[in-house]
Amino acid sequence: MNLHGIAAIYRFEMARWGRTLWQSLITPVITTALYFVVFGAALGSRMTEMEGVSYGSFIVPGLTLLAVFMQSIFNASFGIYFPKFTGTIYELLSAPISSFEAVLAYVGAAVTKSVILALVTIATATLFVPLRIDHPLWMVIFLVGITTGFCLFGFAIGVWAKNFEQLQIIPMLVITPLTFLGGAFYSVKALQEPFRTVTLFNPIVHLISGFRWSFYSIIDVPVWSSVAVMVAIIALCMAVIAWMFRTGYRLKQ
Amino acid sequence: MSDSVLSVRSLRKEYGTGVEALKSVDLDIRRGEIFALLGPNGAGKTTLINIICGIVTATSGEVLVDGKNWHSNFRYARERIGLVPQELTTEAFESVWRTVRFSRGLFGKPRNDAYVEDILKRLSLWDKRKSEMRFLSGGMKRRAMIAKALSHEPDILFLDEPTAGVDVELRRDMWDLVRKLRAGGTTIILTTHYIEEAEEMADRVGVISHGELIAVDEKRSLMAKMGRKTLDIMLAEPLAELPPDLSDWNLRLESDGHVLCYEFDSHAERTGIASLMRRLGDLGIAYKDLSTHQSSLEDIFVELVHRPRAEKEAAQ
Repeated sequence: MNLHGIAAIYRFEMARWGRTLWQSLITPVITTALYFVVFGAALGSRMTEMEGVSYGSFIVPGLTLLAVFMQSIFNASFGIYFPKFTGTIYELLSAPISSFEAVLAYVGAAVTKSVILALVTIATATLFVPLRIDHPLWMVIFLVGITTGFCLFGFAIGVWAKNFEQLQIIPMLVITPLTFLGGAFYSVKALQEPFRTVTLFNPIVHLISGFRWSFYSIIDVPVWSSVAVMVAIIALCMAVIAWMFRTGYRLKQ
Repeated sequence: MSDSVLSVRSLRKEYGTGVEALKSVDLDIRRGEIFALLGPNGAGKTTLINIICGIVTATSGEVLVDGKNWHSNFRYARERIGLVPQELTTEAFESVWRTVRFSRGLFGKPRNDAYVEDILKRLSLWDKRKSEMRFLSGGMKRRAMIAKALSHEPDILFLDEPTAGVDVELRRDMWDLVRKLRAGGTTIILTTHYIEEAEEMADRVGVISHGELIAVDEKRSLMAKMGRKTLDIMLAEPLAELPPDLSDWNLRLESDGHVLCYEFDSHAERTGIASLMRRLGDLGIAYKDLSTHQSSLEDIFVELVHRPRAEKEAAQ
């Protein structure tokens, strides 16, 4: 195992994050905090409670995940796309580091960044809305698991992308709508049929439900279903990335 | 070969576009030598290097590093190889120090600031160690890329067009560096457009054209075998045309008939010079000076690359 290689990439990625802290941490935290201000402090008192939880508190897990989804994809995709764009990928491809080790380093760094973002976002939320975490261990498991899945997804997007526009397309046009329609702002139980059943095909619904359950013990779908979707996303993305490295897809000629 | 540090066996590359960049190349690189790979643009030099270094996937064939397959022993192989690519691709926002240290770690070596410092000093980069890569000149970037390639102490160093676009002074510095590296036991494979560079530094030369390795030999041997000498005879009076009595020799008139040029094989048993001089005397053609010069590696390269294939094979 090339531990020095993994550490070198990890440190390199974290240093890059440190240089762009405003863009990668502070801006998404401020943006998410604005939701807490508007829906929690300003409008929250006028909204009905969701299964015994104030509206402002109810949206915290979903909004935290929205920020995590976006930043996980951006961080991981940019980490591998930028060397492709500048040409410095030659060094990674010629180094004595396996594809598993490279992914571990890039995705490990991206997961670290996203977990920090999530924790800062949750801490910021406590300034505006009351918050409790009923299942802290599960909260950590869901947070790390979901983050890992989306960082792997972002890494695959970074390998796939041929230009900066393609890096933005999936998070902006696919993930954001799926998150808004995935119960970030409402309970899926409140939907009429057939929309309720259709919504269950959205994997984000399961992730938000599981994460929110770790806070307030309320669910839209069974917890096992949330865990299964989380594991499936990780497994699927790992399989795609393994295939990309094995075939050299958009990495090697 | 027992002294081969790197062996290329039947290496072939066909790109998705159908272009056959390499046509079954076989090559042995000897331990500790400087090997110059020459070839025109698009000949397959960079493809060959990139396959050996793991950047491009070969269609077929294999590479052996110290006799070990470069895929099944990829860590062993890659730890031993350093690459300075042709393009100046660097992490623009990183400092020289950090980017070189990153390369060392990436290639599996523990942190060793003293070694990195030594490399930077040898490459006259120490004063620039805190500068971000984007603020360096082209020549300095090239040095930084060499520092990155050397950071993990490789046994084999690939230099793909190392002096492309650098000034004469830096080119001389790099030649000195290459010689010092070789003296330290590093095997060096360089591609270059500057034949002068190969002539100056290489122990052996390989010429690649249209994906085929058309000549591999000791530089001196290649120049001796393929090189030709020319005898220039400065005439006392210019000739309007070559006299028919001189048709037995391969002669041509230059400088408005003032110089008679005779191209001959210096290794032949009979060069034909003595008989030519006698014939000139018989014909009453006076001359005032004589000089000879040998064809350069560049002449040989041009001849090899542009001669029809059948002729090349006959020559080999």
